[in-house]
Amino acid sequence: MSTTPTPPTHADDQRGTEVLDERTIVGTESKRRTGAGKRLATAAVVFICLLWTIPTLGLLISSFRAEQAVKGSGWWTQFVTPFSNWTLENYTEVLEAGMGAAFVNSLAVAVPATVIPILAAAFAAYAFSWMRFPGREVLFVMIVGLLVVPLQVAFIPLLRLYGDVGITGTFLGIWLAHTGFGMPLAIYLLRNYMSSMPREVIESARVDGASHFQTFWKLMIPLSVPALAAFAILQFLWVWNDLLIALILLGGAENRVVTQALAALIGSRGQDWHLLTAGAFISMIVPMFVFFSLQRYFIRGLTAGSVKG
Amino acid sequence: MLKVANALIAVVGGVGGIIVLFWVLNTLVERLPEKWENRVKPYVFIGPAILAVTIYLVYPALRTVYVSFLDARSENFVGFANYTVLATDRAIRSAIFNNVLWIVTVTGVSVSLGLIIAVLADRMSPLGERLAKSVIFLPMAISFVGASTIWLFVYAWRPEGQGQIGLLNAIWSGLGGEPQVWLQVSTGRLNTFLLIVIMIWLQAGFAMVLLSTAIKGVPEETLEAARIDGATEVQIFWRVIIPQIASTIAVVSTTIVIGVLKTFDIVFVMTGGNFNTDLVAVRFITELFQFRQFGRAAAIVVVLMLATIPVMIYNIRQFRAQEAQ
Repeated sequence: MSTTPTPPTHADDQRGTEVLDERTIVGTESKRRTGAGKRLATAAVVFICLLWTIPTLGLLISSFRAEQAVKGSGWWTQFVTPFSNWTLENYTEVLEAGMGAAFVNSLAVAVPATVIPILAAAFAAYAFSWMRFPGREVLFVMIVGLLVVPLQVAFIPLLRLYGDVGITGTFLGIWLAHTGFGMPLAIYLLRNYMSSMPREVIESARVDGASHFQTFWKLMIPLSVPALAAFAILQFLWVWNDLLIALILLGGAENRVVTQALAALIGSRGQDWHLLTAGAFISMIVPMFVFFSLQRYFIRGLTAGSVKG
Repeated sequence: MLKVANALIAVVGGVGGIIVLFWVLNTLVERLPEKWENRVKPYVFIGPAILAVTIYLVYPALRTVYVSFLDARSENFVGFANYTVLATDRAIRSAIFNNVLWIVTVTGVSVSLGLIIAVLADRMSPLGERLAKSVIFLPMAISFVGASTIWLFVYAWRPEGQGQIGLLNAIWSGLGGEPQVWLQVSTGRLNTFLLIVIMIWLQAGFAMVLLSTAIKGVPEETLEAARIDGATEVQIFWRVIIPQIASTIAVVSTTIVIGVLKTFDIVFVMTGGNFNTDLVAVRFITELFQFRQFGRAAAIVVVLMLATIPVMIYNIRQFRAQEAQ
């Protein structure tokens, strides 16, 4: 209990690279050619990029146009008469129509539903990497096997269980569900990362008298930040974007999240495109922000998590 | 305001709860005699995680298999009756057919497109490559419901004579066609293909990112050697690059197949499974909530589970081989 080990600085980014590879986004190779081939390739890619962007662009532009304008003419007419009849009213209206409350609910669901599984998985991953105990192998193989199990298996038994316990429609109920469903991937990713740390680092901490609990908090967690961040983003976006689990376990009551609110809006006001477009954008703001600010971690997580279904 | 305060309290409670749980468990274990402490501690560390997967995956999976042999209200044993229905019911067979269509088309097109974009972007300037990849990849961050809204708008329909506000009908009527309610046109499963387009739009970026990594991993010397031997770029692509990245193609394809197998949101939101667009995972919800046929719903899930078993076995084998090294 005397000295606590100091984590070695900046060694962490290099580890576990066979799982968390991030060369993807930065082009470092030299096999590019010059001349006509290059121009043709660029033209083709630009064309595909345009195709990929147009649907979203149409939605974004429409969300700022007045109701009559959205319903009366195509959004592309805005290229002829830019910014005519633009307004923020669609957003105020849809926020008041329940999207605002749903947004708050989504946050209340997504933050704990990300933190809880990460912490539980990190403890488990530490034990699987650095502790010896009977059943270790079998349990971890079970985790690997569970990676691809479709989560639909859970619903029939859970509906009854949740009814009996009385947590249908509560935040607690949905946090725990996302914890269970996200757990195999979380343990798998974190264990791969943690077990690739040099044995000496952990052992020297243990020799210094640190308990496993201390080693975990003061050494392993700081060293695992890249892997933790990668999984956190994956799980957060997954929870934020989920409709199925929310639909079944949260129900249509006051706790409904943005995806439910948007789906309900499509069902009840399917022709009110000024509201649907604004509502869709409200539901996408957080994922888009996460995507643009943390893209590197997001891609790491996806790459590492491609074993999962 | 009250709403926000409530949410905040919930968040703090949830996050704090798990931290306190581990702290209390750990403190309790540390009071045990040392021999016992060392024996019990690993189980304290893995305990909550294992408990979670047991409650949410293992137990439900077993229970669902059991329920699939019971009747609609899970009261009487009916043997394989639910499975017989799956094999014979026309609506369910149509859903299974659509699932196969989805799996083949989405996987094939997403992987090919991802590969093409990865190869092409590799020849652009680094900045251009980065931008292009971000654009293609962006839909991965969007929810299925959000994507559905985007595409509902593309497919929107107005009666002939009124200005079309959906892009597809605008182009279609611009070419002289009569405006169509696209999502209801099931001739040649056209509406299913229009829904498939959405999934491809979402998945191609994923395929592209993984394949691009793999392509960049092909050693430059190998490519040079092939060029010196007089191979054309097309030959190099098919005979050098493709074999080298075959395992990545397999991983990407499997991931997409499993994802597509469980596709629910897009169809649920856009057509509700009507007009011949139903899918197995949507049918599951219909049987469960609309028809209250628990046995049949369970049987559908068991079929989904069986479909993923080969991948499960493959994953475990891969893991074992990796550990043995």
